[in-house]
Amino acid sequence: MDFIIEKSVLIVSVFGITLVMAMYSTWLERKFAAFLQDRLGPNRAGIFGLLQPFADAGKMFFKEEFIPNHSEKFLFIAGPGIAMFTACMTSAVIPWGPDFEAFGRTISLQISDINIGILYIMGFLSLGVYGIMIGGWASNNKYSLFSAIRASSQMISYELAMGIIIITIVMMTGSLSLRNIVQEQSGALYNITALKGLNWNIFYQPLAFIIFMTCALAECNRAPFDLAECETELIGGYHTEYSSMKLGFYLFAEYINMFISSTVIATIFFGGYNFPGMQLIENSALLTVMCVAVLFLKIIFFIMLFMWIRWTLPRFRYDQLMHLGWKSLIPLAIINMLITGAVILAT
Amino acid sequence: MGAEQIIFFFLAAFTVVMASLVVFSKNPVHSVLFLILTMFGIAGHYLSLNAQFLAVVHIIVYAGAIMVLFLFVIMLLNLNKESEPRKTLWWQLGAVIGGGSLMLTLIASFQSTIKLPIAHEIDSNIGLVKPLGKVLFTEYVVPFEISSVLFLAALVGAVLIGQRKQEEPNHS
Repeated sequence: MDFIIEKSVLIVSVFGITLVMAMYSTWLERKFAAFLQDRLGPNRAGIFGLLQPFADAGKMFFKEEFIPNHSEKFLFIAGPGIAMFTACMTSAVIPWGPDFEAFGRTISLQISDINIGILYIMGFLSLGVYGIMIGGWASNNKYSLFSAIRASSQMISYELAMGIIIITIVMMTGSLSLRNIVQEQSGALYNITALKGLNWNIFYQPLAFIIFMTCALAECNRAPFDLAECETELIGGYHTEYSSMKLGFYLFAEYINMFISSTVIATIFFGGYNFPGMQLIENSALLTVMCVAVLFLKIIFFIMLFMWIRWTLPRFRYDQLMHLGWKSLIPLAIINMLITGAVILAT
Repeated sequence: MGAEQIIFFFLAAFTVVMASLVVFSKNPVHSVLFLILTMFGIAGHYLSLNAQFLAVVHIIVYAGAIMVLFLFVIMLLNLNKESEPRKTLWWQLGAVIGGGSLMLTLIASFQSTIKLPIAHEIDSNIGLVKPLGKVLFTEYVVPFEISSVLFLAALVGAVLIGQRKQEEPNHS
């Protein structure tokens, strides 16, 4: 019984935090864009425009709901639901912090430590494309269909390089469990005792990180890879026909994906909740709080990196996108994997 | 009836219903979507057999990649009722009789061979990553490598077929 209560609380809070992070990512995105373009951004709703996400959500909910006549009605409605569902499911295997003792038992800050955690994330990432494909097709609009097809071929192409990078990381760790991958990174970097807690994969695999980051941008359909919502060519992309909260779900799913991608990057390359000096903190509760705070700092950093890239780089052309994916990233990822394998074999 | 059995029957029913809906759907896109759900049913079976790795790989490879390509092609072809080839009643009747006799023959020939080993004699951890990897890279390493060469050959073939011919004028 205790187990069920503990896990339910954890699930509800992770879900809540995911939604709040996604909501405030929209605010941050607008503020960040405004900063880069030398303007103010949202500043009317609340102090610094902090209530803007609530205003947006209210607007989305009360807008007119419109379903085109020639659409495939069930799938049209299911599309945004699938997008939202697959986006939310991924957070289940992320270790948010170390175990701690409370109420006389050990509490784990991970919803489920399945021994194939990283493959679970890959699985839901690969399913994420269905929300877009189904929505785009069911709209019965040629621009939506083009966008859905672009999105799916883009996501399949970039998943390959991403998968090879994950194989590299798994080879280094020897485990598919995200918890083990994080614990592996708590040691001393290059065996120097002063750098304890800094044994992050980024210091061993910088190229892998760059490839993974690029693929994550493409998987989230974020600029410069947002070919699926390329306004100048495709009106609005796969959500051209959508209105009201269904459109909101699509847009929101993108921000959730961004949050999850940042979390995965922080977890597998930047040590998850580990930070240098964490062995000095004796108090278990304080340590847990600090670890969670550090993880969220890393996540916010990556969300801001995503935004920085979006507002800096112009959009790619579609053939450039495919060339980058198939002719640069995949060969680089394979070479990286082979070198890693050789090094592991030699040591 | 234990929880395991209830889950099994639920999953089995789900898989069979979805698989038949693949055949009975008029719209090819719906067929593909039902096929994806069938894949999920099969993955559920893997999970109930404690083969988590197989379940996830099944989802990633079939539902996540192959079915996306299926959907992709079918959406592009834009198949509908008008373009569907219509067979006459005699053809349909002949197909039903032919298929039915094939099923009967298969059932008759396999009926005597079905003596499955009892489930708990097998190590229940065989589907986990570690035992599976060990078996795959020691006992079955030759078939494993040969199948990867086969995939490579298929890949080269697909590239060859998809390649634009040199002398063909470029219309773009």
